[in-house]
Amino acid sequence: MNWNLFVTELVSGITHGSVYALIALGYSMVYGILKLLNFAHGDIYMVGAFIGYGLIVVFGGPEALTVSVVLLLFLMFLCAMLGGGLLGVMIERFAYRRLRNAPRIAPLITALGVSFFLENAAQLVLGAQQQSYNSFSWKNSPIALNGFTLPADARVSYAQVIVVIGTIVLMVLLTWFVQRTQTGKAMRATSFDREAASMMGIDVDRVIVVTFFVGSALAGAAGVFNCIAYQQVWPYMGFQAGLFAFTAAVVGGIGSLPGAVLGGLLIGLAESFATGYISSTFQQAIVFAILIAVMLVRPSGLLGRADVKKV
Amino acid sequence: MDGERSTPPDQPRVGVDEWVATYEGRRERGAGPIGRLRYELERAPRPAFYLGFGVAAALLPLFTANDYIVRVGFDTLVYMLLALGLNIVVGYAGLLDLGYVAFYGFGAYAYAMLSSSKFGLHWDSLLVIPVAVVATAILGFLVALPSRRLIGDYLAIVTLFFGQFFVTVVQNGNRISVLGLTRGYDVTGGPNGIPDVDNYDLGGLRISSVRGYYYTALIIFLVVLFAVYLVDQSRTGRAWKSLREDPLAAELMGMPVNWLKLIAFAGGAAIAGLAGTIFAALNTNVFAANFDVPTLIIIYAMLILGGAGSLGGVIIGALVVNVSLELLRTPDHATWIFFALILAALVAKVRPWHWLAIVVGGTIAFGFAVHAIASSAWPRGVEGEQIIGGSPGRVMDSWVLHPSDPRVIGNYAFVALVFAVLLLTMLRGWKLWLALIPTLYLTAFVWDTRLVVEPSVTRLILIGVILIVLMNARPQGLLGTSRVEIV
Repeated sequence: MNWNLFVTELVSGITHGSVYALIALGYSMVYGILKLLNFAHGDIYMVGAFIGYGLIVVFGGPEALTVSVVLLLFLMFLCAMLGGGLLGVMIERFAYRRLRNAPRIAPLITALGVSFFLENAAQLVLGAQQQSYNSFSWKNSPIALNGFTLPADARVSYAQVIVVIGTIVLMVLLTWFVQRTQTGKAMRATSFDREAASMMGIDVDRVIVVTFFVGSALAGAAGVFNCIAYQQVWPYMGFQAGLFAFTAAVVGGIGSLPGAVLGGLLIGLAESFATGYISSTFQQAIVFAILIAVMLVRPSGLLGRADVKKV
Repeated sequence: MDGERSTPPDQPRVGVDEWVATYEGRRERGAGPIGRLRYELERAPRPAFYLGFGVAAALLPLFTANDYIVRVGFDTLVYMLLALGLNIVVGYAGLLDLGYVAFYGFGAYAYAMLSSSKFGLHWDSLLVIPVAVVATAILGFLVALPSRRLIGDYLAIVTLFFGQFFVTVVQNGNRISVLGLTRGYDVTGGPNGIPDVDNYDLGGLRISSVRGYYYTALIIFLVVLFAVYLVDQSRTGRAWKSLREDPLAAELMGMPVNWLKLIAFAGGAAIAGLAGTIFAALNTNVFAANFDVPTLIIIYAMLILGGAGSLGGVIIGALVVNVSLELLRTPDHATWIFFALILAALVAKVRPWHWLAIVVGGTIAFGFAVHAIASSAWPRGVEGEQIIGGSPGRVMDSWVLHPSDPRVIGNYAFVALVFAVLLLTMLRGWKLWLALIPTLYLTAFVWDTRLVVEPSVTRLILIGVILIVLMNARPQGLLGTSRVEIV
């Protein structure tokens, strides 16, 4: 057995999976509260990535940075999370809020329209071509190449380390927020039963805004991780990533936060191993097959609770 | 029932609302000849309208020698056919099918494979068309199968994924191997598509001209339209609509909910497959790029604009969307249409009338003022090139700013415009009308500097805007009936 390939794909799968997990968390949070599949979520990830890339360009471009990399990374996360979060709140305010009590299909079609609008507006403003910058460097050598060696001679780059550690930090913060703060408690209550929560004096509108902000900020952070680890941004990147993250949320059990993380890792690993062992054209087929299999065997997802419908 | 219908509606009854009044034919007749006309139109049987449409559409090629116009008419008919199929799934059964365009592609590829030199098969079209349609229906059935027990959202994911999967498979279909073990076989031609597809050959009658295809598409559309109308009136049609309104209640009434969902899906897919065969036969080639997300969103926009669940709405929606997208291709036409639409929207929405005059006059004056200030204070702002030609161009030239680097400034202006429009939705009364003046000018500026320059992106942006605005402002579309919520 080729251990080098195995370990390399394992590391790359965990990196991919971390990004998917962050996006999937946002899907899951919004779904938990509004029962709405926010198709525009993948495009918030795209906007976050462009904000990160824009900052790199502002500070002298990938080859000749004028500030230290640590400061730049900090600014990238700050701006992308704030920008993504505000974009999410705006989408909720202007596109979804009026449709909260509409038939289920109306907000879904609106979400589709928002996603389509964001992708094409980004293409108009930023151009359709892919922006690649392989020379983004850390300590004088490209961040995606510079790193250390694992057993079996597999290389791990600093970029991958940043992504995985960053994801873990964000997840710990999110868990603390949802489990320990009062707003988090209100979020869980609203997700459990919106009507009852509002009767208990919870400001449901505010909770929904906070949920959109937090979920979209996570997608913005995922965009920055993409900037660091893959060094490519383009207007349609949100579509495929969104679709896979979406699948991750469903596989893990939509509405469940640990499920979103588990699903994200699973999808990331499946994608990496499919690319490494079969061919990159099969990754989509493999992920699709996982989705179908989960839906047939366990429709509520791996960690989701079976939905009991009360009439 | 008939006796009841003839009783004049004297006063509103408790529990009788607009929808019930329409359904029972109790709608009050308006005064004067217009009121009478509307009353009679509403009572006229629907097939009469479809027949009228058919006659009008059949006359179109007789009035023009231009094959381009007939070609646009053909495309519109194919879109109508597609919207008709989507109407069954989304409009009647209320299932969100985001892989619909893959069925269209499947039909087109099935036709192309069975009647081209790709595999040396040149079957008779009368055989190929039913085979392609039935195969597409079976595919639709299979796709819906894993999600039949689940709520609509899961169906949306599975079908969206299926649509993407279809495009990927077709794009890479020139080297398909069994699990990477065997050598690669060329099945779909990959990115090159399948060239040299045969024309329709209906029992010896070979159709090769655009006009021929126009009439073929028209006949197919009318037949399918009438069939869908009959289904709509049938037990199955009513069952679909009850399923859409309340799946739980439908199930408790003993309706076979799963079976209804599956046949709605298969039926929609079959119509899409049929549309695919004629599309492939006219173009004599097929490419995967024709069956990607933009096409899907355009079909959705047609359905939503016309009103999901309404057959007349399908016709009008496809007509409006496809013709306006086609007009967007030439900047001069597009500019006329764009400003005419904005003016129409203002006339329809701005009340009282004196505010309409203030808004329109104010915008024109505002433009000339800005242009005058800019030409003295910021010469770079007006020395750019005028892109739109003709008389609208000359008027625009002294009204709209033309910066020397329109791309960069236009991009900022576009983002500013999005924010300005969002802000407008929060204003009411005179503040709204006053804020409208600079926003309209900004719209004209963005249109002139960016949107008209890149028509292909602009089309898609406008489609996205149509979906968002319609869903928020008028979810039932132009012709759809609004949903009655009984609490």
